[in-house]
Amino acid sequence: MSDDAYNFAYLDEQTKRMIRRALLKALAIPGYQVPFASREMPMPYGWGTGGVQVTAACLTPDDVLKVIDQGADDTTNAVSIRRFFQRTAGVATTESTAEATVIQTRHRIPETPLTEGQILVYQVPIPEPLRFLEPRETETRKMHELEEYGLMHVKLYEDIARHGEIATAYAYPVKVEGRYVMDPSPIPKFDNPKLSDNPAIQLFGAGRESRIYALPPYTQVVSLDFEDHPFRASKADHACDLCGAAESYLDEVITDDAGSRMFVCSDTDFCTGRQAAGHRGRLSPLSKEIA
Amino acid sequence: MYVAVKGGERAIDNAHAWLAEDRRGDTTVAELSVPQIREQLALAVNRVMAEGSLYDPDLAALAIKQARGDLIEAVFLIRAYRTTLPRFGTSIPVDTARMRVDRRISATFKDLPGGQILGPTFDYTHRLLDFKLAAEGAPLAPTPQAAPDMAPVPHVTALLDRDELIEATPDTGEAPPDLTRQPLELPANRALRLQALARADEGFILSLAYSTQRGYGRTHAFVGELRIGAVAVELEIPELGFAITIGEMTLTECETVNQFKGSRTEPPQFTRGYGLVLGQCERKSIAMSLVDRALRWKELGEDFTGAPAQDEEFVLSHADNVQATGFLEHIKLPHYVDFQAELELVRRLRAEALAQTQPSPRAAAE
Repeated sequence: MSDDAYNFAYLDEQTKRMIRRALLKALAIPGYQVPFASREMPMPYGWGTGGVQVTAACLTPDDVLKVIDQGADDTTNAVSIRRFFQRTAGVATTESTAEATVIQTRHRIPETPLTEGQILVYQVPIPEPLRFLEPRETETRKMHELEEYGLMHVKLYEDIARHGEIATAYAYPVKVEGRYVMDPSPIPKFDNPKLSDNPAIQLFGAGRESRIYALPPYTQVVSLDFEDHPFRASKADHACDLCGAAESYLDEVITDDAGSRMFVCSDTDFCTGRQAAGHRGRLSPLSKEIA
Repeated sequence: MYVAVKGGERAIDNAHAWLAEDRRGDTTVAELSVPQIREQLALAVNRVMAEGSLYDPDLAALAIKQARGDLIEAVFLIRAYRTTLPRFGTSIPVDTARMRVDRRISATFKDLPGGQILGPTFDYTHRLLDFKLAAEGAPLAPTPQAAPDMAPVPHVTALLDRDELIEATPDTGEAPPDLTRQPLELPANRALRLQALARADEGFILSLAYSTQRGYGRTHAFVGELRIGAVAVELEIPELGFAITIGEMTLTECETVNQFKGSRTEPPQFTRGYGLVLGQCERKSIAMSLVDRALRWKELGEDFTGAPAQDEEFVLSHADNVQATGFLEHIKLPHYVDFQAELELVRRLRAEALAQTQPSPRAAAE
């Protein structure tokens, strides 16, 4: 493949314009799913094609791109997407949340607070929060139109009746500016509070399902709950074993076949930054300097 | 001791190198050339062109080689390439009545103008392994030749149409939507459905069509006609003011004739199912025409019986194998974060549940 054969950031300008129009509409109606003419991308559907198209439409040559998957910059698919843009757009890339102007993510919101001017692009598998309650798109669109969200509340209520709490741990539904119920993509519910009042632009791209939606900066986003069963962001009840952070989302790593495990930050940039600043966790290699 | 996983980049590079090596296989065996694939695996090439929605046998053959014979992967390569191509025009509709047929059969009439032409078909072969093919280089016995019959080969449905025995399908003049440039919106019109079916996965459409034959949305189809051959592709050139032929492509067209009892406003008449596929893709075109007919229940005032093949949203949302395979296989990607969230929830729910019941010996051990 000759890379010269493709336009900046792969997509042709007409396609980018189409996507940008959808993005503007999405920003104008926060939480509303805008249909867009999703293209076949050179990576499979379900592997971030929506996020990649949104990123491609947002990138300018001066941008600094960060790509994470599960919070980490070095997971294979994050590597693959970052390389794709290095190759097709030649933009600078970074692992630092603070330095990035565009961050494409799958399943996490970075721990480091985002700032004005940054764009966070989410990869979305199933954009419709009502999909698992009603499989038909024709029906769910009508439900959004009529603001008919009773089915969702019944589902959450049934969870409480059965389990004593709402049994949704990720892709936890939210309501945007008191109007649209939105799927925040499969981020852990720990990340939900970061959606609200965020200074960054948050864009959501679902390639296979041909939908784009968005949260403009400082949008009010409320996780669905009941007065007597308020939403609670939760995480593993540990501190990071490498950097000692008590308030970051943790991955559980099985270290042997006898039940030993350790907990480490899922946000690798956050964790290495803390370690570089001298923070230590339970299992930090104390003798070694961390570059 | 675990210290953050690094090395994703190197792992990917090495995996790609290994893939390239496996693709080549044993180097003492001669490498397969793209023209060999194009000529000798022509039906695989046709399927990749049809589902990839790009008529280019050389690129399809290259995709098959690159994909190590995984046809869905090859379709994906073609789709990803095609989406980047500029569009410089729209051809005028191809005229399948003027097709130069290699094969043309009708199951509804014993003989008909233009005749029954079997063409290169597996139909009446005995499916016995031909071990002679395992020995390379055996010269082929010459195939008997005849002068081509230049007589026109009218469509069977056109013959029925003359007597108004089959539903009329007047040209509404409405421009067909373009599935590759607009998101699929439901309900879809027939043109859009046919477009989606033409590039749909052959296996999926085959199974749906088969299900209608077994009673899930029965449509009583006869193959009115199946024709395979070359058609001219003509493009209107604005500077010239008329259309010129810019190329030729092979198409497979199937028209089914289906029972229809008639309604309060319509006297009894046959109805149509239609299948049109790039290349020689006979199975696909027959299946497509059955599914097309099943999806037309509403327009023909029939009952929705809940059969999958009648359900437009179900069929159109799940027919594309590039979408399906991508989403299916994406569950191979890491899901540590979601799984961790679930793990934590299940542990908490279990702890609560166990605290409420009498402590079992197992719980005590934990």
